[in-house]
Amino acid sequence: MSPMLEVRDLEVAYGKITAVKGISFSVDEGQVVTLIGTNGAGKTTTLRTISGLLRPAAGSITFQGKRIDEVPAHDIVTLGLAHSPEGRRIFPRMTVEENLLLGAFARNDKEIRTDLQAAYDLFPILGERSQQPAGTFSGGEQQMLAMGRAMMSRPKLLMLDEPSMGLSPLMMKRIMSTVDTLRSQGTTILLVEQNAQAALKLADKGYVLEVGKIVLEGTGKELLTSDDVRKAYLGED
Amino acid sequence: MDTFAQQLVNGLTLGSLYALIAVGYTVVYGIVQLINFAHGEVFMIGAFGALSTYLLLFQGQTSLWILPVMIIGAVIASVATAVIMERVAYRPLRGAPRLAPLITAIGISVFLQEFVRLFYDKIPGTNFPSAKQRIPFPRIEGVTGTAFEAGGVVVQKSALFTIGCLIMCAALLWYFINRTKLGHAMQAVSQDPDTARLMGINVDRIIVVAFALGAALAAIAGVAQGLQNANINFKIGFTAGLKAFTAAVLGGIGNIQGAVVGGLVLGVVEALATQYVPGQFGGSAWKDVWAFALLIIVLVFRPQGLLGAKVVDRA
Repeated sequence: MSPMLEVRDLEVAYGKITAVKGISFSVDEGQVVTLIGTNGAGKTTTLRTISGLLRPAAGSITFQGKRIDEVPAHDIVTLGLAHSPEGRRIFPRMTVEENLLLGAFARNDKEIRTDLQAAYDLFPILGERSQQPAGTFSGGEQQMLAMGRAMMSRPKLLMLDEPSMGLSPLMMKRIMSTVDTLRSQGTTILLVEQNAQAALKLADKGYVLEVGKIVLEGTGKELLTSDDVRKAYLGED
Repeated sequence: MDTFAQQLVNGLTLGSLYALIAVGYTVVYGIVQLINFAHGEVFMIGAFGALSTYLLLFQGQTSLWILPVMIIGAVIASVATAVIMERVAYRPLRGAPRLAPLITAIGISVFLQEFVRLFYDKIPGTNFPSAKQRIPFPRIEGVTGTAFEAGGVVVQKSALFTIGCLIMCAALLWYFINRTKLGHAMQAVSQDPDTARLMGINVDRIIVVAFALGAALAAIAGVAQGLQNANINFKIGFTAGLKAFTAAVLGGIGNIQGAVVGGLVLGVVEALATQYVPGQFGGSAWKDVWAFALLIIVLVFRPQGLLGAKVVDRA
């Protein structure tokens, strides 16, 4: 079976600076795949290119057998690909419920309300504060909202960019266990993280990025126990 | 007391006109951070659209049912102008330095004024008068003349029409922005365009909607202006546009309620200044000075405007 998402020889440039220098990776249906690496490794750039916010300089992106590297950003979500961006980027001056409903903007079916309830079941705090402006939320609550919002499009593949950034260890645990829950409910996940340990524990497969290139790949377990990864990302020597 | 009440009525009428135009500046700014200095001309073309509709279909008639048709003609003319302007002049400049679209806006403004001045009487298949002079605006029963007098205060029917238009437009706009899916999409684009695209919102389409929405309100203001002044010319967009822009900044650019409040405050201050500033600085000759003085005072002490956007972002 061909992978759900396949990125091949992807290059992305900002003007003259090439941020992603020819990377290839794939995500199979039902998997959690993680891209790890330090700041500036090109992780966020890669996700933004898959979503259509950036255009590749070279290479191809194929989702469910269809080339998507020419598809406009606003049409990507209707294909079943949702992106919860770095820094959460919730709409601060709109209510929690309005944020969630915007996640379903591209949909027109009758089950949006059902999915809204599902988001509230996943994160009860969102239900309790559904009429509150999202900008008043704490970082962890905003992260829950960003994930709930992304799920409102009923994605087949959910891309999460640094969901644990700036969160307390407790909140980080909560978010990571939600990722696990979503996977078990059938959502495929592409997870970008600086917190390598947490991400690799969950991941079926991982790729290590360094200044725009993939330097290492393997199963989550392999990478967790790899000496190179332990030295560079898990703070051990 | 009578004169005060009279000036208050005059100020609210003028302010309603400013407010209707100011919404267009603020809606477009909120979405693309562009000051569309050609918006005054969209208002002027609305007035000419109404006039053209009248001359083509109803010449010589005065009954009230003509008015809605004239408003539709005005809205079509203004919205078409604004949408074409966005497509041809602004969209190619998206991502360009901020100065480029600003200069373009001034260019379009001059272009549209001259276009109407030179070509209005040369449109094929019509017999329109030359726009090089003032053109009388049709008198319509029910919206021209005196509505009533109470205690020495005279209220014109056209004033009631203008204020009524503002109230109705403000209510519809509020509903559209806060209660419809498209309105929510507009808010999303104004708060974070990239993330809005991730939601599946076509930002280009929302920008067109913003231009069209502002143009429709400006068109209605154009009709109101024609009824109030009894004549129109190709220059009416310049001063009205500048005042409405002032109103938008006064209320807090990007904030729709702000544009309405700013317009009304500006109109009332202008009217009261005409009446109450004593000596050589008083009277109508100095009203524009006081209007802009108010702008400067607000910008010094409250640069975000009277109702400047509340910032609750903590992303």
